[in-house]
Amino acid sequence: MVASTTPRPGARRGTGSREGGSPRSSGRGPGRIAALIPVRLRRLGLPYLLILPAIVLELLIHLAPMLVGIWMSFLKLTQFFIRNWSAAPGAGLANYEIAVDFDSAVGASLLRSFTVTVAFTVLAVGLCWLLGTAAAVLMQGSFRGRGVLRTLFLTPYALPAYAGVITWSFMFQRDSGMVNHILVEQSGLLDERPFWLIGGNSFVALLVTYVWRVWPFAFLVLMAGVQNISDDLYEASAIDGAGWWRQLRSITLPMLRPVNQVVVLVLFLWTFNDFNTPYVLFGGSAPEEADLISIHIYQSSFVTWNFGSGSAMSVLLLLFLLLVTAVYLVATSRRRSRA
Amino acid sequence: MRIRKLATTALAGALLLAASACGGDGGDGGTSAESGAPKTLTYWASNQGPSLEADQEILKPELDRFKKETGIEVKVEVVPWADLLNRILAATTSGQGPDVLNIGNTWSASLQATGAFVPFDDALLAKLGGRDRFLGPSLAATGASGQPPAAVPIYGMTYGLMYNKKMFAEAGVEAPPKTWDELIETGKKLTKDGKWGLAVEGASVTENAHHAFIFGQQHGAEPFDASGKPQFDSDKQVAATKQFLDLMAVHKIVNPSNAEYGNGTQAVQDFTSGKAAMLMWQSIASSAKAAGMSEDDYGVAPIPLPDPAQGGKQVNGMVAGINMAIFKSSRNRDAAVEFVKFMTGKQTQQNLNKAYGSLPTVKDAYDDPAFQSEHIKAFQEILATTAAPLPQVPEESQYETLVGTAMNELFADVASGKQVTEEQIKAKLTEANEKMLAGS
Repeated sequence: MVASTTPRPGARRGTGSREGGSPRSSGRGPGRIAALIPVRLRRLGLPYLLILPAIVLELLIHLAPMLVGIWMSFLKLTQFFIRNWSAAPGAGLANYEIAVDFDSAVGASLLRSFTVTVAFTVLAVGLCWLLGTAAAVLMQGSFRGRGVLRTLFLTPYALPAYAGVITWSFMFQRDSGMVNHILVEQSGLLDERPFWLIGGNSFVALLVTYVWRVWPFAFLVLMAGVQNISDDLYEASAIDGAGWWRQLRSITLPMLRPVNQVVVLVLFLWTFNDFNTPYVLFGGSAPEEADLISIHIYQSSFVTWNFGSGSAMSVLLLLFLLLVTAVYLVATSRRRSRA
Repeated sequence: MRIRKLATTALAGALLLAASACGGDGGDGGTSAESGAPKTLTYWASNQGPSLEADQEILKPELDRFKKETGIEVKVEVVPWADLLNRILAATTSGQGPDVLNIGNTWSASLQATGAFVPFDDALLAKLGGRDRFLGPSLAATGASGQPPAAVPIYGMTYGLMYNKKMFAEAGVEAPPKTWDELIETGKKLTKDGKWGLAVEGASVTENAHHAFIFGQQHGAEPFDASGKPQFDSDKQVAATKQFLDLMAVHKIVNPSNAEYGNGTQAVQDFTSGKAAMLMWQSIASSAKAAGMSEDDYGVAPIPLPDPAQGGKQVNGMVAGINMAIFKSSRNRDAAVEFVKFMTGKQTQQNLNKAYGSLPTVKDAYDDPAFQSEHIKAFQEILATTAAPLPQVPEESQYETLVGTAMNELFADVASGKQVTEEQIKAKLTEANEKMLAGS
């Protein structure tokens, strides 16, 4: 027993009189307890013990606030009770009823925000994926300056979100922003200075900023996927006379399918939930045309100071995302097993 | 054996992490609590000057003096107006806030209803020199009537019409406009060569809400009826809102870009940099000074009143100002009271109100000749005669946020060239009204 010669916490538990005793005897106490547990159980229990810290943290950091949120959604948590939630009267399903009553002002604006978010998510995920894939494929072969280019592409992702987005918000200002300077004064493409941070264009501004910020993630993951595709496949197909386009369609994209499955799902969840970009870009209150659902829920909770109703909206959002994720995973894995 | 060791380590690690995660709420804010002299207070200041940094600089000498006198250090954070109310609510909900903070005085009753602040009962007010030391109108805007104030006033303000004297002279305008028609006419004369007649903060919820209230009052609109029900979409309020929006939409004396201004300093910058000739604002003394504009370069006049023949109220300002409150969750309450006493003290009142061009809220501070200046007198006159207080009811903040947001959206529509009709204004305000009802 090599282990018993090294001092262990168990050994220190003994009193001073133990000191100088034989190493064998000092190791026996705790060892005996361990011996009482069957070996198989010990083996089986190890993985669970190892992930215990992660589980405890997960419960504390993710699950507990989520449960509190669900609990809040059944309360009439107005300004009179926010200091002492336990005193808030129950609301039953009233908060949910208001949120899904699309004839009311609250429900109608939630529905509008949801529609905006769906459109935004589809476009943003599509663009991020397209840009990421294109860049990853084009940088598959090695060429001079690839490292520099790769670093450059990853810069938006490495920048703190706030710094990047606030810079865009300056660039999108109507009178002093760089975007209008280029569009109107430099290139003369437009005669009149458009607004980017208010009105209909705010959707475009938000989309551009978001895609700029997030596409490097798709690029990074897809690049790793592309690098993993064996060169043999390309060589073999080249001998069979396959061109670049054929290789892309028949080798690269199919080989990337498992990576794509994850990338698209993660991008979808991030985008649908995105709060930082509109919050920083529009300074807290997003215009209607770019009113993503997270910021909408935040705003409507603070607008009426009814945090129960905000929580109810959050729970609905959570349910929706769970549903989409489940359907997506079932659909994509079935397709894969059939392939 | 190895398995057991690993298991022990894993368990210990988990417990340690759990313990440290739970113990996260202590520590910050320098709370030394129970015994001995507390050393540090945290303070959220509102943005009164041209920038957050400028406020830090204006406050610093005072805070240094406070430290010298009491040994208590004050960590100040200047919070922009767009964030302040939400930050206060978040702090109230979580119980994790500063010790002392500034609030817009119109929010007093709303925040009072949350019970987050230490009430200034007579005993506490006595420590600050007693209720009578404070100016009546300012003290009235500190919470619902009949309850001890939730906060005490530190800066008194109201709205005035600032005008650039040089630009007026160049355009041949002799006196500031007195009626609404004169305002439009003057504005048109001044709108030329890339300069504009008037600057507004079109995306600022608080500014928009204040203007909606002031012009609403001119038309005889009240945000809440006698039973406390919201009536944001009354015809009178719609007319008032249209009157304000038309400055940009119809009369074109406001730069459409102003619809983007939302951080509470941009319209002031347009005025102090000479891009706009007029501004309806509270005091801008520190911003003007920072921009190199002297007190003689601009005048302060009352915002035009409506024609008395058309009815409505003779109102052209609101009882604005900044109050100071103590969070109940503060573990430094004695030090916090000490700090509020300092901030309402004569010397501090004189120094800070001079720097900001606002009005002291305590009577004994007025012996300084600085408060006899033309600008200060103009503001005092407005405050004393034609300023109306916003209703001190728990729903006031929601009113500001909902109506202010509706105005933001309307300004955005106007700026993008859409025709905004009375029906559309009414629809927006009705939406705000419904949200208010749904939330309560």
